[in-house]
Amino acid sequence: MQILFAVIALGGVGAFFGLLLGLAARFFAVPTDSRIEAIREALPGANCGACAYAGCNQYAEAIIEERAPLNGCIPGGAMTAEAIAAIMGEEVDAVEPVVAAVFCRGDQRHARDLFTYHGILDCDYAQQFHGGFKACPDGCLGLGNCVRACPFEAISMGPRGLPLVDQSACTGCGLCAEACPRDIIRLVPQGDQGHLVWCSSQQRGKTVTRSCEVGCTGCRACVRACPQEAISMEGYLAVIDLQKCDDCGLCVEKCRFGSILPRRESAAPAAAESEAASA
Amino acid sequence: MEKLISILFIYILVDNFVLQRFFGICPFLGVSRKMETAMGMGMAVVFVITLSTLVTWLVHYYILVPLGLEFLQLVTFILVIAGLVQLVETFLRKTSPTLYQGLGIYLPLITTNCAVLAVALLAVRQDFSLLESVVFGIAASLGFWMALVIMSGIRERLDLAKVPASLQGTAITLITAGILSLAFMGFRGMLSF
Repeated sequence: MQILFAVIALGGVGAFFGLLLGLAARFFAVPTDSRIEAIREALPGANCGACAYAGCNQYAEAIIEERAPLNGCIPGGAMTAEAIAAIMGEEVDAVEPVVAAVFCRGDQRHARDLFTYHGILDCDYAQQFHGGFKACPDGCLGLGNCVRACPFEAISMGPRGLPLVDQSACTGCGLCAEACPRDIIRLVPQGDQGHLVWCSSQQRGKTVTRSCEVGCTGCRACVRACPQEAISMEGYLAVIDLQKCDDCGLCVEKCRFGSILPRRESAAPAAAESEAASA
Repeated sequence: MEKLISILFIYILVDNFVLQRFFGICPFLGVSRKMETAMGMGMAVVFVITLSTLVTWLVHYYILVPLGLEFLQLVTFILVIAGLVQLVETFLRKTSPTLYQGLGIYLPLITTNCAVLAVALLAVRQDFSLLESVVFGIAASLGFWMALVIMSGIRERLDLAKVPASLQGTAITLITAGILSLAFMGFRGMLSF
């Protein structure tokens, strides 16, 4: 007899909650758009925030409510934009693919340190401690905040304390640029065309030469040499417009400090040096 | 009244559910990485434990005891808790999207949390009245919340500390939890009812 009670009681409680849940599902149903699910599937799912929303989910919801642009996903690039456009049944302009680039070549060999830092191995903390241990206030501290910020493992710390960007893995989300306390990392168009000034220093020439062997002093030799007029000055720093640069290489010859390098070679010296160091 | 207050303090400090009874260790280690998630989880736990203790007490004394089915306690409580959490989630999603976003993923996670079941079972086993059970539930979950927040505070600092390579990650977390538990042993025997 007791077993009958047990079965009825437990079954009753189960049925009661089942019924309640069923009713709740009906009465408290929240109408959700099935396209949100589809868009979320199409997104990379890294929740990097490059679209200016908290995560892929929020971005998907924002698209449905027609607030967000369809090509807002930078890591996803053109493919994701097309996929979302297909779901929404609209046309879309392609996003220009960008990658992160580290605008500093002042590694342990070329740039001077002010003092030896024994603190927490974090760029933000090092920056707060007497404004950083490097003689150059705009030089890379090399403690790897950018490496840790990258959700795609596209940045690694090079052998001499400068981060290296793997262009094939970089999606251009810009999280590393935000993580850098010295704003050394900037986003540039994908590819290896053109030359760039690999320096972020805003110091006067004399200060630069005292702290770094490869820093841009703002001597304007490259500006005068460039036949395309692609190089302009921003304060004491030369900046090359990649749209105008035709890869002639005259600026490299004129630069006495070696701050300018073609993009295809920018990663090569570090690699070559690491080989030389190990040999 | 006196008993209610002593229940409150005993289960927050003296007999902390996580640090002294070792219930709910999984979420204690799992979501204590950041203060923000620890707060979210703590809030959801307080909510669920209080509610489930109330309902399981009623189920026990108005359904199981009259029918002489106390041996079904465990199974029934699991059923009730799971059903209840699901119900609350559906309800919140409709009525309060903000709260739903805040508690978010933690609500379904708690369904299978052993601390929730333990509070329900212990409330009945210690012959608490309905009011005492609810206070017991609030106290136990507040203790859980406190332990979680303390742990996340320590772990946020640990992230910046130089930990020996062999102790990094889970190892140092477990050692920290152990020391924290030892520290709370200092409250032993200070209160009883």
